[in-house]
Amino acid sequence: MAMENPTTTGQVPSLNMPYRTFWEKTRRFQVALLFLLPSLILFSVFVFYPLFRTIYLSFFLTNQKGLPTVFVGFDNFIQLFQSADFLQSVKATFLFILYTVPASVVISLFLALLANEKLKGIHFFRTIFASSLGVSVAAASVTWLFIFNPTMGVLNRIISLFGIQEINWLADPHWALLAVSMTTIWLNLGFSFLIIFGGLQNIDQSLYESSSIDGAGYFYQLRRITIPMLSPTLFFIMTVSLINAFQTFGQIDLLTGGGPGQTTNLMVYAIYKDAFVNFNFGKASAEVVILFLLILIVTLLQFKFVEKKVHYQ
Amino acid sequence: MMAIKRGSLYVVLILIALLLFFPIIYAFLVSFMSTKEVLMGHLIPKSFSLTNYIDAFQALPLLHSLINSMLVSIITTIGQIIVCSLAAYAFVFIEFRGRQFLFFLFVSTMMIPWEASIIPNFVTVQKLGWINHYAALTIPFFATAFGTFLLRQHFKTIPKELHEASRMAGLGHLSFFLKVVMPVSKTSLVTLGIYCFLTTWNSYLWPLLVTTDERSRTAQIGLRQLHAQENVTQWGVVMAGVVIVAIPTLLVLFLGQKHLQKGLMDGAVK
Repeated sequence: MAMENPTTTGQVPSLNMPYRTFWEKTRRFQVALLFLLPSLILFSVFVFYPLFRTIYLSFFLTNQKGLPTVFVGFDNFIQLFQSADFLQSVKATFLFILYTVPASVVISLFLALLANEKLKGIHFFRTIFASSLGVSVAAASVTWLFIFNPTMGVLNRIISLFGIQEINWLADPHWALLAVSMTTIWLNLGFSFLIIFGGLQNIDQSLYESSSIDGAGYFYQLRRITIPMLSPTLFFIMTVSLINAFQTFGQIDLLTGGGPGQTTNLMVYAIYKDAFVNFNFGKASAEVVILFLLILIVTLLQFKFVEKKVHYQ
Repeated sequence: MMAIKRGSLYVVLILIALLLFFPIIYAFLVSFMSTKEVLMGHLIPKSFSLTNYIDAFQALPLLHSLINSMLVSIITTIGQIIVCSLAAYAFVFIEFRGRQFLFFLFVSTMMIPWEASIIPNFVTVQKLGWINHYAALTIPFFATAFGTFLLRQHFKTIPKELHEASRMAGLGHLSFFLKVVMPVSKTSLVTLGIYCFLTTWNSYLWPLLVTTDERSRTAQIGLRQLHAQENVTQWGVVMAGVVIVAIPTLLVLFLGQKHLQKGLMDGAVK
């Protein structure tokens, strides 16, 4: 309450007093700063400082306590690019993105279109479609771990009905990344569905009405009205899914632990192991810098290429 | 013709709903099965006895970890609402020099994923002596660009005349913020609250790093331990743990879905 009076009285005298002190001239800035201070302090400590510290650490060798010891320039980076393990984790990350992002967006779009039909009881289905948003990575991963269980799990029981041989989903290098991707897509659907469905509901209904009079069919409307009008939402959800995919950790930790044969050793998991299992902060920091740059580049590229095709109202 | 179309739509909806909801139903069903039933690969348990739930609570300080998660999620939600609404207020209602720059600074934090700052943050939290304390699990998440934008979108819809009028009435910024802005923004505060509660309850990597003793573990990490402990033998108990951990967030989602959907759209796309 203390700042009420200064703000109101500070305005009035400034009108008739030509000689304002610096303190008075910057009054509004000071008030704004008070409101912004909690955020600014937290951002400085937990976002900006760590970013620069990470970049700094990536040029050093570090000791067991994580303190920098010897400056090595770009050596950490050079070693990473010569390391088969690191290149494998980059490759796995990009494959994972390829498996999860397009599928999540397409399936969510399909669900949203279904949920947008005007039917009795449709609210119930909307709730079901969004439900995976309420399930944590840990709960989902443990459930899917059992679904994938080679002997007891339901997935192998179903495929054996079709005469397909049992698959060791999480231990077979051909299948492990796909199995992790399946879990991830399921986890993504709730959020993506909710966002895309919201986008659908925001489309001006009169657009459909006028085109119906012209005799346009469902798929014509979908192609000519729905998708173009929805493009900002689709673009948003694609960016978010992409960034999330880069940051995947929980599924890997619980489902595969990066194996078999490092096929599911995604970048954040590799960073976690280097930093907090092997305590090699220098190497891990270099990996973080590369991850950060990759996310930055991919996001900017997406903005550059996709944004052009996005239709804004 | 319409009836056939409607009928087939329902069939598709029901099939897809079953498929999507299956993992949740499956976890629920397995959570009531005895070890033998699990091994035989049954789909429906013989009886709905609560033995597995009792075992899950006894195997671990699960109740304690649930209380931890609840408190951590509530503290983070309240903290985030306060910190973000203060910042959003400044961006909407105070015209000050450097507003553009500070706004850009906030935007830029969105480009820095939390994982990218995790190594120094771990060291910081360690130095502050926050390991195994709620402070480590809550305070770093009070300020978010997402929350600030979401609230800013809503604050912008408050008529400027209201601000003028309250200034005439002698209200300062803080009273205008507390007495006018916050009460009329209840909807978006609830949206942010739901979203924040869900994400905090479900977070995994950071709690795994900053909690080392059993008493400060969150429910997600409790689940990880339960699975490690009971891995091969007691799937029924593990699934009971899954159901217990998933219920609070599923409830929050079901009750708050409309809010969440509307609010997220407003904050995200516009």
